[in-house]
Amino acid sequence: MAVEKRVRFRSWWLPWVLVAPQMAVVLVFFFWPAGQALYQSVMLEDAFGTSSQFVGAENFERLFADDAYLASFKTTALFSVLVAGIGLTVSLLLAVMADRVIQGGVVYKTFLILPYAVAPAVAGVLWLFLFAPSVGVVSFALRKLGFEWNHLLNGNHAMTLIVVAAVWKQISYNFLFFLAGLQSIPKSLIEAAAIDGAGPWRRFWTVQFPLLSPTTFFLLVINIIYAFFETFAIVDAATQGGPGKDTAILVYKVYFDGFKALDLGSSAAQSVVLMAIVIGLTVVQFRYVEKKVNY
Amino acid sequence: MKLRTFAPALATAALATLAALPAHAQTEIQFWHSMTAVNNEWVNDLTKEFNASQKDFRIVPTFKGSYDESMTQAVAAFRSGNAPHILQVFEVGTATMMASKGVVMPVGQMMKDAGYKFDPAAYVPAVAGYYTAPNGQMLSFPFNSSTTVFYINRDAFKAAGLDPDKPPTTWPEVALAAAKLKASGHKCPFTTAWQGWTQLESFSTWHNVELATKRNGLGGMDARMVVNSPLHERHIENLANMAKQGLFIYKGRGNVPEASFVSGECAMITTSSGFYGNVKRNAKFGFALATLPYYPDVPGAPQNTVIGGASLWVISGKKPEEYKGVAAFFNFLSNPEVQSASHKRTGYLPITMAAFQLTEKSGFYKENPGTDTAVNQMIRKTTDKSRGIRLGNYVQIRAVEDEELEQVWNGKKTPKEALDSIVKRGNELLERFEKANKG
Repeated sequence: MAVEKRVRFRSWWLPWVLVAPQMAVVLVFFFWPAGQALYQSVMLEDAFGTSSQFVGAENFERLFADDAYLASFKTTALFSVLVAGIGLTVSLLLAVMADRVIQGGVVYKTFLILPYAVAPAVAGVLWLFLFAPSVGVVSFALRKLGFEWNHLLNGNHAMTLIVVAAVWKQISYNFLFFLAGLQSIPKSLIEAAAIDGAGPWRRFWTVQFPLLSPTTFFLLVINIIYAFFETFAIVDAATQGGPGKDTAILVYKVYFDGFKALDLGSSAAQSVVLMAIVIGLTVVQFRYVEKKVNY
Repeated sequence: MKLRTFAPALATAALATLAALPAHAQTEIQFWHSMTAVNNEWVNDLTKEFNASQKDFRIVPTFKGSYDESMTQAVAAFRSGNAPHILQVFEVGTATMMASKGVVMPVGQMMKDAGYKFDPAAYVPAVAGYYTAPNGQMLSFPFNSSTTVFYINRDAFKAAGLDPDKPPTTWPEVALAAAKLKASGHKCPFTTAWQGWTQLESFSTWHNVELATKRNGLGGMDARMVVNSPLHERHIENLANMAKQGLFIYKGRGNVPEASFVSGECAMITTSSGFYGNVKRNAKFGFALATLPYYPDVPGAPQNTVIGGASLWVISGKKPEEYKGVAAFFNFLSNPEVQSASHKRTGYLPITMAAFQLTEKSGFYKENPGTDTAVNQMIRKTTDKSRGIRLGNYVQIRAVEDEELEQVWNGKKTPKEALDSIVKRGNELLERFEKANKG
C-alpha cells in the first residue's frame, strides 16, 4: 500500500474527545450490562433479590449437566444456519430483482422494507395465525393439498414456523443493504461484461457478487447475531419452545428463566455462555471468512 | 394587570381550588392485575363500586399483562422501589411470594392493624389453607380462586346421540363419549387446557394421591416430586391412547385450547372454572359444566380438586395510611353480597362459606345447572394429600410438565419416560429453589 490513507491529528486530545460519545454509549449499553451479567452468573438469588449468595461456578455446572440445555445448542445451530442462510439468499434475490425494476421501483422497495417496522413478537403472532392448525390460512391451504400441518406436536413444523417468521422479519434489513450495495457497483463494469458477451447469470456471479462481498460478510455477521439474540420474542409468541424442547433455542431459555421464572442467576449464566459463543463466532468470521472479502 | 389587583385574584383562585378538593386528599392505591376481557370488566366494576362507596381512598386498577408478566414487572418495580400496593399473583407464584422475606405485608396482620375482623375460618378451607403460611398466618387475600372443571358442548352431545344431561363422570365414560362424538363426525371430541394443572396436579388431589411429598409442598420447601406413580402413568397412558385414536386432540399450552371449545371445534374440555364467563358470553351453543372425570376403581376418588386462579398480595414498605385503604378494600371484597355477585358473574369460587350459602339461597345454582360444580369439588373436606399444591420454581415446573407431556402426545416418549423426566427435572428445580431461599 503506497498511499497513506490514515488521517493524522496534530492534537493529542482531540481524537479522544471525538470518540468519547461513542465510547460512552458502548460502556453504558454494552460493558456495563455485560459486567452485570457476569456478576449475576455467579450468584444465586430469590425472585425479589432480598437474599443473594455467591455460588461460584454452580450456575454453569448445573447448565452443562442438563441434557435439555445441551440439546438446545444443536437446535440453536440449526435455527441460526437456517435463518442466516435463507434470509441472505432470499433478500439477495429480491434485491437483484428490485435493482432491475424500471417502473414503480419505489413501491416494491417500500413494501419489501415494511416488515422491518414490525416488532418480533408481532411477527411471531402474525405467522402463528397464518399457521394455526385449525383456523390458519396457510395450514388450511396445506390441508387442501393433503399435508397435515401441526406445529403443536410436530417439531419440524414448529421449527419451520419460527424460521419463516424470523427470516421474514429480517429480510427487509438485508434487502436494504444488498440493494445499496448493488447500486454502488459502477454500471460501466456490468456494461463492459455485457459487451464481452457475459449473460445476466455470469455477470452476477463474476462481477456483482464478488463486489458485494463486503456487504454479504457484514450481513452474515449481523444475521448470526440476530438469530442468536433477537429472536426470543418470536419463539415466545409462536411456539414457547415446544413441542417438547424442539424450538427452545438458547436465547429463549435465557428469556424464560430470567423474565418468566425469575431465576436471574441461571439466566445470567446462560447469557454469558451465549455471549462467549457469539464472540467466538464473530472472531472466526473475521479471521477466516473475511479473507475472502474484497474491499 | 397590576400586581396589586393580581395577588388577591391569585389567592382567591387558590382558595377555590382548595375548596374543590375534599376535606383531606384521597389516598391512591395502586392495584396491578392480569384480568382480561370479561374478567377485566369485572375488576374495573369492583373498584368503581368501592371508590364510589367511600371518600378516603381510591383504588387504581392497572392491567399489567399476563400473570407471569405482571409478576416480573412487580419484581422489577420492587427492586427499584416503585412496587404497587396490591399485586395479583397466580397460584403458581404463591411459593415464591411466601419465600421472599420482607417483600410481603401479611394480609391477616394488616386487617387486624386496621381494626377489621378477619376470620380465616370464614373462608372455604381449601382456599384459605392454600394461602396460609405453615405458622397459621394468612399471607394473601384470596381473590379469584378457580378450580379445574369439565365443560361439554350439549349440542354436540345431542348430535352424537349422547344424553346432554348426563355428562361423562369417569375417564372410561369420557373415552366412550369421545368415540361416539368422533363417529358422529366430530373432529375434536376432547381436549384439555392447562395440561399440567388439570391432568397431573388436580388429577392427583382428585384421586387423593400425592404429586409431591411434604403434603404437596405445603409442609415445607424440601418437598420432592412423586408424579410417576402407577396411577399417574395409567392416566397419561390412557390419554396417549385417546390421542392416537383421534379422541383427544392436543391444542396447545396454557389456556390456548379454550378457544377451540368456544368455537365449537372441540366438544369436551377440562379447564378452569374461571372460563365460565367467557363461554357464557361467547359460545353459540348449549353447554354444561360437570365435575372432573375420575377413575372409579381408585379408592378415595373423587376427593377434591386443587385450587387455581390468583390471590392479592400486599407489598411491604408502604405508608400506614395506605394500608388502611387496602384493608378497607379487602373488607369490601369480603362482603358476602359482593362475593356472591362476583361468583355468579365469573365462575370463580365464592371463597367464603357465607357467599356460597347466599348464592345457593338466591336460586342461582338451580337456574344455571352445573355452576355449583366448582364449589362442590372444593368444599369437600380435604386430606393431607389433597389440600393444595404449592411448589417453588413452579413456573418452570409447569413448563417442564408441558414439555414432557407434549412428547407423549407426539409419541416421542412413553408415559413412563415422560413422568420420570418430570420428576427428575422437577426435583432439580425444587432443590435450587430451596437453596436460593434458605438464606
